[in-house]
Amino acid sequence: MELFSNQVLAGLATGAIYACMSLSIVMIYQAIDHLNFAQGEMAMASAFIAWQLIQWGLPYWVAFGLTIGLSFGAGFAIERSLFRPLADAPVLTHVAGFIALFAIVNSGAGMIWGFTIKEFPSPFGNGQFLGSELLSAHQAGMIGATALLLLSLYVFFEFTRVGLAMRAAVSNPESARLVGVNVSWMIGLGWALAAGIGAVAGMFIAPLVFLEPNMMGGILVYGFAGAVLGGLSSPLGAVLGGFMIGVFENLIGTYVPGAGNQLKLPIALFLIIAILRLRPQGLLGRAFVERV
Amino acid sequence: MTALLEVNDLRAQYGAVRVLHGMSFALNEGDVTALLGSNGAGKTTTLRAICNSVSHTGDMVFDGIALRGKSTEAIVKLGIAHVPQGRGTFTKLTVEENLQLGAMVRRNRPDIVSDMDRMYGYFPKLKERRTQQAGTLSGGEQQMLAVARALMLRPRLMLLDEPSFGLAPLIVQSLFDILRKINVEERVTVLVVEQNANLALQISSRAYVVETGCIVLSGNASEIASNEAIRKSYLGC
Repeated sequence: MELFSNQVLAGLATGAIYACMSLSIVMIYQAIDHLNFAQGEMAMASAFIAWQLIQWGLPYWVAFGLTIGLSFGAGFAIERSLFRPLADAPVLTHVAGFIALFAIVNSGAGMIWGFTIKEFPSPFGNGQFLGSELLSAHQAGMIGATALLLLSLYVFFEFTRVGLAMRAAVSNPESARLVGVNVSWMIGLGWALAAGIGAVAGMFIAPLVFLEPNMMGGILVYGFAGAVLGGLSSPLGAVLGGFMIGVFENLIGTYVPGAGNQLKLPIALFLIIAILRLRPQGLLGRAFVERV
Repeated sequence: MTALLEVNDLRAQYGAVRVLHGMSFALNEGDVTALLGSNGAGKTTTLRAICNSVSHTGDMVFDGIALRGKSTEAIVKLGIAHVPQGRGTFTKLTVEENLQLGAMVRRNRPDIVSDMDRMYGYFPKLKERRTQQAGTLSGGEQQMLAVARALMLRPRLMLLDEPSFGLAPLIVQSLFDILRKINVEERVTVLVVEQNANLALQISSRAYVVETGCIVLSGNASEIASNEAIRKSYLGC
């Protein structure tokens, strides 16, 4: 039993990484109705910016805040300059745009900061969480921060005018314009928010995996899986999905004979497909009904 | 009587296809005006041009303000509410959120809340379904929601595009009864586009008949309704 609970805890710890990523993926999906493949790279770039600011001698939290602000602005600028002109283009053009952005940010970061791994500090210190052997203080802090982010997003979308306007702009852009919502600003804001959340994810993930341009490669896949499992229309679902993948992965590695480290991921992903077969909208996603 | 909206030589096109060839008309404040004509005559395009949802030329003056070059959002802020063809429901949002969106450009919260209650008074069905996802409403309920959403703007002018579309006759009749009531009680000027001419003429005081992007006829609704020659040749009824 102790083995089981230990493995669950360890799974939650890795799951926090995926959950953070899933959350930023759902955010952009809510805003633009597409999955942005470059989401992970943008988070990585944000982590590099924070690292640079810290290198220049800024205190951690100042660098943290500044990085979120810069990423927010950069997300908005990316939408204005690269994706606004494509607004009426077919989906595949957008996909090509996302892939281009992925490559640009990835090589750009490599060019500026190099490919050698760098250590990234944790604001929560290097110790263990309350003496636990499995959960580090950083992982516990990250779980807390994810919960806080989730709560703020919920409040934003459900209880603010801008949040409602953003949901309206996605649900029916034409009608949104006719009630006075500036739809193109809402899309820009969606990019900005996704980039800001991605920045938080990047800065919390970097201390765990070391900072380098390819640090998000694997994580993005897990993040996507978590978002899809939980439901792309539900931020809470995405976070839960992220945690569940972490836990699945760990339990399968421990209990399924012969799975070991190589097969635990494929088996976890297979489980996800099985779940989605039963609930295509994801665990917490809403199935939208429409009468015509 | 003063004109709330004056439209002069309005021309519009989709790509290379010209749809409106110089339409001129005026809406009297407080009136219901009908824009009649067959499928493809350019009625919907006229409404879309007023809201700047389609590229167009020509002068439009709303309450002394030129609409030329104004964005859709800015035109909405002047008090022009558009109930689009197909109702424009925010299907994924709740009924209540749809109504809140109607008042998006307004600031005064208590007013908005009391307006919402008034809408629930006109359309009790919407109150019953306020927390329901709007996409699950029936066609008639969605049309009522669309009208209520438009009224949440406290518009001075409401543009109604084919409100009877796809609805059962009984529901259409009750909708038009409510529209007549709303015109009086909310003091809102209405421009209604309809293929069902008889229905529209019932609640209108003036009517314009559109054919292939031009206005071919205008007059008092009662005159047009009683002139059999006009009805036969232009309105198919």
